[in-house]
Amino acid sequence: MASWPMLSVIIFLPLVGALFIMLLPAGDDAGAKRNARWTALWVTTIDLAIALLLASRFDAASAEFQFVEKKPWLAGTITYHLGVDGISLPFVILTAALMPICILASWRVIETRVKEYMVAFLVLETLMIGTFCALDLVLFYLFFEGGLIPMFLIIGVWGGPRRVYASFKFFLYTLLGSVLMLLAIIAMYDQAGTTDIAALLRHGFPPTLQKWAWLAFFASFAVKMPMWPVHTWLPDAHVEAPTAGSVILAAILLKMGGYGFLRFSLPMFPAASVDFAPLVFALSVVAIVYTSLVALAQEDMKKLIAYSSVAHMGFVTMGIFAATTQGIAGGIFQMISHGIVSGALFLSVGVVYDRMHTREIAAYGGLVNRMPLYAAAFMVFTLANVGLPGTSGFIGEFLTLIGTFKVNTSVAILAALGLILSAAYALWLYRKVIFGKLEKPSLAAILDLGPREIAILAPLVALTILFGVYPKPVLEMSAASVTALIDNYHHALAAGGTKAALLGH
Amino acid sequence: MTEILDVPSLQPILPELILAAGAMILLMLGVARGERATASISGLAVFLLVVAGVTLLTQPAGKISVFHGSFVLDDYARFLKILAFTGSAVAILMSVEFLGATGRQKFEYPVLILLSTTGMCVLISAADLIALYLGMELMSLALYVIAAIDRDNVRSTEAGLKYFVLGALSSGMLLYGCSLIYGFTGTVSFAGIAKATGQGGLGLTFGLVFLFVGFCFKISTVPFHMWTPDVYEGAPTPVTAFFSASPKVAGMAVFVRASVAAFPGIASQWQQIVVFVAIASMALGSFAAIGQTNIKRLMAYSAIGNMGYALIGLAAGTPEGVQSVLVYMAIYVAMTLGSFAAIIAMRRPEGPVEKIADLAGLARTKPAMALFLAIMMFSLAGIPPLAGFFAKFYVFLAAIKAGLYALAVIGVVTSVVGAYYYLAIVKTMYFDEPTPAFVPMRPELRLVLGVSGLLVILIGVYPGPLADAAAAAAKSLF
Repeated sequence: MASWPMLSVIIFLPLVGALFIMLLPAGDDAGAKRNARWTALWVTTIDLAIALLLASRFDAASAEFQFVEKKPWLAGTITYHLGVDGISLPFVILTAALMPICILASWRVIETRVKEYMVAFLVLETLMIGTFCALDLVLFYLFFEGGLIPMFLIIGVWGGPRRVYASFKFFLYTLLGSVLMLLAIIAMYDQAGTTDIAALLRHGFPPTLQKWAWLAFFASFAVKMPMWPVHTWLPDAHVEAPTAGSVILAAILLKMGGYGFLRFSLPMFPAASVDFAPLVFALSVVAIVYTSLVALAQEDMKKLIAYSSVAHMGFVTMGIFAATTQGIAGGIFQMISHGIVSGALFLSVGVVYDRMHTREIAAYGGLVNRMPLYAAAFMVFTLANVGLPGTSGFIGEFLTLIGTFKVNTSVAILAALGLILSAAYALWLYRKVIFGKLEKPSLAAILDLGPREIAILAPLVALTILFGVYPKPVLEMSAASVTALIDNYHHALAAGGTKAALLGH
Repeated sequence: MTEILDVPSLQPILPELILAAGAMILLMLGVARGERATASISGLAVFLLVVAGVTLLTQPAGKISVFHGSFVLDDYARFLKILAFTGSAVAILMSVEFLGATGRQKFEYPVLILLSTTGMCVLISAADLIALYLGMELMSLALYVIAAIDRDNVRSTEAGLKYFVLGALSSGMLLYGCSLIYGFTGTVSFAGIAKATGQGGLGLTFGLVFLFVGFCFKISTVPFHMWTPDVYEGAPTPVTAFFSASPKVAGMAVFVRASVAAFPGIASQWQQIVVFVAIASMALGSFAAIGQTNIKRLMAYSAIGNMGYALIGLAAGTPEGVQSVLVYMAIYVAMTLGSFAAIIAMRRPEGPVEKIADLAGLARTKPAMALFLAIMMFSLAGIPPLAGFFAKFYVFLAAIKAGLYALAVIGVVTSVVGAYYYLAIVKTMYFDEPTPAFVPMRPELRLVLGVSGLLVILIGVYPGPLADAAAAAAKSLF
């Protein structure tokens, strides 16, 4: 056990960095910009180092919450309670790992209002890590919802031409889902008398409340995830956001939905989860098949990847609500893998966008002739997106499919169709952009990856392949918690079942 | 009636005496010294409010009742009076520039605010219908004059006149309600009415409705909100800032006290009215604000919506509900005064401006002001981790605990609609291309904006003390 509050440090270090940047002398000269960038990079890197230290001290054999911090906060029952277990720790590390990459990716691209940009990103990091570490529902909501503010500004200030529309749509969609969750949180507080997540996990809510609370949480997480048919904010937000914003959106913000299902919906409302599983399966399958088809018809690279994200998240929801060990472990793995791969794909699009200032697929072609390094990196990510064995994408999809197959064969079969479709759109994109003759005169002078871009993409390539052939680190980290989650889930269901049976007689 | 005879009967009203006597002395001073004394009278008025606040805090604790039970000083009154004093003092502070302009040196302005605040105190402490009416008239008559203080300006005069005519109508209705209640219960004291309303009755319900009409008018809730946008827009901006804070506190205070103390027997009847008014106000406040281009009109609709949210707490009718109303009002005062500090600072070299479009690109011309105004807007929208979130959290908590699920759902949905127009202001400041910069912000406005911004953040991350104080205040009412 650490003697210092590690989680609080990880959460609030970026916020301190943000305050420091704010206090730096104002000005738009090169020096001020350099200071802001370097401060942000240092802060996020140190944060990553502490997160890795945390991971090294984490006891993967235990399903308990670790590094727990608990302080009274308000009204005696609502506490400042932090802690991580095998389900949340991977997300904390993913967030901490992607932040320096995002800062680096914005190094040259963001030239206006650099200070504010870095402040927004650092504040966002605090809120995202806080979301994954919070062990009190109100605290969780605070972090979860607070993240909207910096993301709204990032899309709106540094985004593309339709940024205002996209930022509003993002904000209001997510807010509408979340306020319903807030009511459910209040209702749970009223019923259980506490908002402590660890206590609520043991509480056992009555069936009616379970049903309504499940729906309210679903409203929030389904929008965040996003699931079909409430996914429409995502393509807009992705297309308009600056590259690093898209990376954060795809890699981390979407994962909050999946994390929420795992942390709240499944363990706290087991009976409702069983009842609503068919609904989730249906929406997941539609997401996988339909959005894959939509992705096939896209002309904008970012939009195509955005739709593919929706499809991949379909696997996650399907796996989670299959409620089998493979399904849930696969869901977690798929989220981590998708965090790396989709982030990397958006960064790859950013690389050519910075050079050509267009994301039209038709504007490219034959890049392999001038950009061999880029073509190689992009290939790894494309294949991981397809789910090719040997890349991290395969493990997650495979596990969720096995997990679902054991519960519902037809759903698994339909979802497997998505694999074929994803191969179709991803390879099509790759062929259009990378292969063929370099005929467009505008591309004649395009340059291959620079050292900064190599530094950004190389670790992601390495992780994609590493987790593809050696997924153990992630799976092992979460194994104990997943097992405990499933045990408790079945236990609660059995208990609920006997209670219902007794009532029936 | 149980009288606490060992307390000297004038001591509990010492703050009111200080304000009333002080206002008279300042008036004499103004008459003697003329317009030149405006600045010093403003300063003295703020000083008087501070003294009144300190006197209030040094009063003996517990519930003190004087004048045969018509004036009561309890924790509830203390909490709200401090809030009203703060609102009035800040409003005077923010008017310094407006009053300083040549040809507008009106020493009556701070005096009128003091008189109005005295009325608010009486209103907050009123425990019978007579004190209630006296307090309300003292407060309102001063308000009508203040609305028209810029008397050479057509819009200001129109605002004052409109406010007066509609206000007189609502006072009449209130008085009619009082007379009906008196007629059917035979008493004017809240405690007596509470005893007599055991079985209710049609006449009493009629009286209740008319009484509520008067309250709804004062706190500008639907369907008696029509004056609000016009008065907010027409009155000079510092006056609008004053209107948006302490009179609302006093109005809400008497609304809650009268409902809870005088009509507990027919709670189910007035709860229906409050639920309807809350829903209608939240909905109108959210939807009607969307089309506004004038920021003062927008703030008017925002006020209507916010009063709707505060009423959710009253609709619950429980101690938690009253606590949530108090938390809501305290946070609302901080947010609205902060917002108005920024709105008053919207001034170009050629004069004040009040279009939302004038805020365009403020984040680049005045980053600090834009940041703090954005904090106010996000807080008003109820986004955590800002104070506005906890304001809404507590009212919804009270509603759910009281089983008012539909009201809570409608409330959160309209809050999302309302978020749209608050976001639109942030969008204008942050996303749009800059317009010519405003003149530098005056120090007192900076102070108000800065302090309220910090408060909004502080309460947002640590609402405990405020919630505890409100809980203690709410308990004294039951």
